[in-house]
Amino acid sequence: MSVETSDAERAAVDELLGAPDSGWVGGDRSAADHHIARGGVRQAAGVRHLLLPALQAAQGAIGWVSPGALNYISERLSVPPAEAYAVATFYALLATEERPRRVAHVCEDVSCRTRGGRELFEELRERDDVVASPCLGQCDRSPAVLMQRAGEYDASLWYSTPESVVDVLEGAEPIDPNPGHFGIPQTEAGSDGLRLLHRVGAIDPYSLDDYRTAHGYAALSKALEMTPTELIEEVKRSGIKGRGGAAFPMGVKWEAVVAQGSDPVLVCNADEAEPGTFKDRGIMEGDPFSLVEAMTIAGYAIGAHRGYLYIRGEYPRAARHVASALEVARNAGLLGDDILQSGFGFDIEIRMGGGAYICGEETALFNSIEGFRGEPRQKPPYPAEAGLFGLPTAINNVETLINLPLIVLEGGEAYAARGTPESTGIKLFCLSGDVVNPGVYEVEFGATIRELIELAGGPLDDIAAVLLGGVSGSFVGTDQLDLPLTFEATREAGVALGTAVVMPFSSSTDFDDVTKRIAAFFRDESCGQCVPCRVGTVRQEEALYRLFDGPPTTTGEIGLLTEIDEAMKLGSICGLGHTAGSAIQSAIALGLIGADR
Amino acid sequence: MSDVQLTIDGAAASVPEGATILEACRAEGRDQPTLCYLETLTPVNTCRVCVVQVAGSRTLVPSCSRVVEEGMEISTDSPAVRQTRKMVFEFLASSVDMSLVEDQTQQWMDHYEVDPTRFGPAAPDSPAGARDARHAGHHAPPLAGLTETVAQPVKIDNELYVRDYAKCILCYKCVEACGPDAQNTFAIQVAGRGFDARISTEFDVALTDSACVYCGNCIGVCPTGALMFRSEYELRAAELWREDEQSVTRTVCSFCGVGCNLELHVQDNRIVKVTSPIDHSVTSGHLCIKGRFGYEYVQELGDLATTPIDIVLAAARTS
Repeated sequence: MSVETSDAERAAVDELLGAPDSGWVGGDRSAADHHIARGGVRQAAGVRHLLLPALQAAQGAIGWVSPGALNYISERLSVPPAEAYAVATFYALLATEERPRRVAHVCEDVSCRTRGGRELFEELRERDDVVASPCLGQCDRSPAVLMQRAGEYDASLWYSTPESVVDVLEGAEPIDPNPGHFGIPQTEAGSDGLRLLHRVGAIDPYSLDDYRTAHGYAALSKALEMTPTELIEEVKRSGIKGRGGAAFPMGVKWEAVVAQGSDPVLVCNADEAEPGTFKDRGIMEGDPFSLVEAMTIAGYAIGAHRGYLYIRGEYPRAARHVASALEVARNAGLLGDDILQSGFGFDIEIRMGGGAYICGEETALFNSIEGFRGEPRQKPPYPAEAGLFGLPTAINNVETLINLPLIVLEGGEAYAARGTPESTGIKLFCLSGDVVNPGVYEVEFGATIRELIELAGGPLDDIAAVLLGGVSGSFVGTDQLDLPLTFEATREAGVALGTAVVMPFSSSTDFDDVTKRIAAFFRDESCGQCVPCRVGTVRQEEALYRLFDGPPTTTGEIGLLTEIDEAMKLGSICGLGHTAGSAIQSAIALGLIGADR
Repeated sequence: MSDVQLTIDGAAASVPEGATILEACRAEGRDQPTLCYLETLTPVNTCRVCVVQVAGSRTLVPSCSRVVEEGMEISTDSPAVRQTRKMVFEFLASSVDMSLVEDQTQQWMDHYEVDPTRFGPAAPDSPAGARDARHAGHHAPPLAGLTETVAQPVKIDNELYVRDYAKCILCYKCVEACGPDAQNTFAIQVAGRGFDARISTEFDVALTDSACVYCGNCIGVCPTGALMFRSEYELRAAELWREDEQSVTRTVCSFCGVGCNLELHVQDNRIVKVTSPIDHSVTSGHLCIKGRFGYEYVQELGDLATTPIDIVLAAARTS
């Protein structure tokens, strides 16, 4: 394809990659280029991981990825244009068709939907610069909007109205209605006794001094005096399990990585895209140094010198705060070649997601960082054996990691004394939907659904059901309100803790509408790689529509939905397909939908 | 290399270390259905029709890529395996035109009593280019009672082959053959996401504007007839394609000295298609544009027994 690249696009890509050093990679052709071949397969493989950042840079310049920009990026990185296009079209936040310089992504997902998001989108949908969006992880600030702005930072808009959104679309600066607000009502109330969230909202997230005054970096100093083996032992003693949904013991995971013996890498999964989940966002926005410190300790424990932090593209403010913290930490010798004169070297790189729920799946996340489509890999091999760039990889969720300083400071045993024997320690829950004070709440493991709803100010209305664990989780009825939200109790009850979403729905809820939205979500977010999920999510949505509006098929829609769910559960490559029918099945079982048909 | 002991459907088996479950099953005479698998390509585990049950595993595993382990208990015909395979075939057959799949695939579909009509009648075809323009993360709600498909017009933009993506099951084989597993041309990739994923050049440009070199190796690996010789496509359209009347003649390509074997598919004394045996040590089934499409001169020669040799050679040189 012969196309022109604008100066703005070229400059944006060059800012990321540096100027091209020869005609072989997109520069001006010189006489020398005719005699000396540069580049080649090896060099191309080494820079492929810059593909997504380069596409994001080009789009950031003019608002979309034009053929000219794609062509230039392909030259710069020696990526075939068809491959670059394949990656660009994988991400919802990238556009390969011309778009206005500002585009509003209006959340119409399960949580915002009950708080005006649906009406907001309906009001604006005719505009060519407004698109619907899956959950933006701003459920405490509904209705939420992500504003993409060419040439400027993207911005999250909260408590949006049609007028406030149109104002920004037409050039106004986004106004932060509550600058110190990070979605943590407990700290806003000045609540003491918090161990993970105590700094969020209480300190300036840009200030290292503030962080240090609030006991920040004490854990890193202590950790560096321990051996990595002692550190891993301490983590194992704490009994902490992963908070990202899979509940795998962190210490065991790390041991498996260390056992590989070769140069490992640390990845922090901050691609928090499960609808109704926003706990990691609050931490990154309000207490970014705690994540930097935790990742540094984790890197030391497993012997990694590189850490990647993959933040979802819908979190521009979290990314800015963490990026600032990284720079400040580097300047203070808390990252780099010789951290606190210990001889240990470690640094962290931020990667931004492009609008793809599937990239929260660990192996899809690796592919995304490596510059490929965010398609999950078949396991085995597991990340500990061959993860990012094929290296032994420890991948942990933000919330899991920020427990680390606490475990180091008070010891694994003291940490394990909290919660229950199988679910040790402290847990963050995301309360949204029909509650008075939506937000992130910190409790010791063992709190019940009812207690959490009370903590969030109680229900807005009579509760009909609670969505537990996000849309990949399940609905539970009011008879389960006294269920303790521990790994073991939820497992026994046949539900999943997932990402600790607790979303009550009142008795006035239109569950037909909510389950349709959930089906649409999975149909949108399936990567399309394997058949059960690619087609199953489509058939599931269709069957659901027929269940509500007809006409019926011979098998019967309930039976069909169950068969589709089973096929996705057993046959899909990854957890997205395995759980894509879960919430709908639970809604049928509870009689929330389909009862009278 | 030592052998691994395992059981397949209750029967003990001993298979070489490093073999896949599929290889183990086939060695034991228990064939499994496959769509995205081909001996000459890297397994991509995407179609999921070869899934089997392995004791201790929560979900089914793809037999094409999973390597055998000591003591594995494999079931290829459990209720879960049968039901999942049936559903996968039904998902495909309800969304893709599978009328030209290999006989073996059709037999498996019959075996599992596949009924794609269970999901309801099909929605109207997409207009040309509509599926290529879809944006990841967005889709229109289902049409009342109708079943979405990938049906769309055939893409014809060159003289040599057509792309009928209404028949595409997205097995990734053409992408692999165009890319690192054979040709290293990288003219096509899977673009888009979810059900809207499709095989595409950059910005869906015509093949003539893409990196395509017309080796036709994508046609060679396509299991559903989505990629097809123009000659075959036109004969089929005219209802003149008669596979059972065709003869297949194996010969050596005359264009260069590599020694690629060709299979000339001849109908009514005309070459209608050229393939290469997948087990041939030189080609592994792959060819270049000359071997695959450069056969026209043969048909211009007239009867070799009666035509003087200088006329034969002159015709060959000018073709």
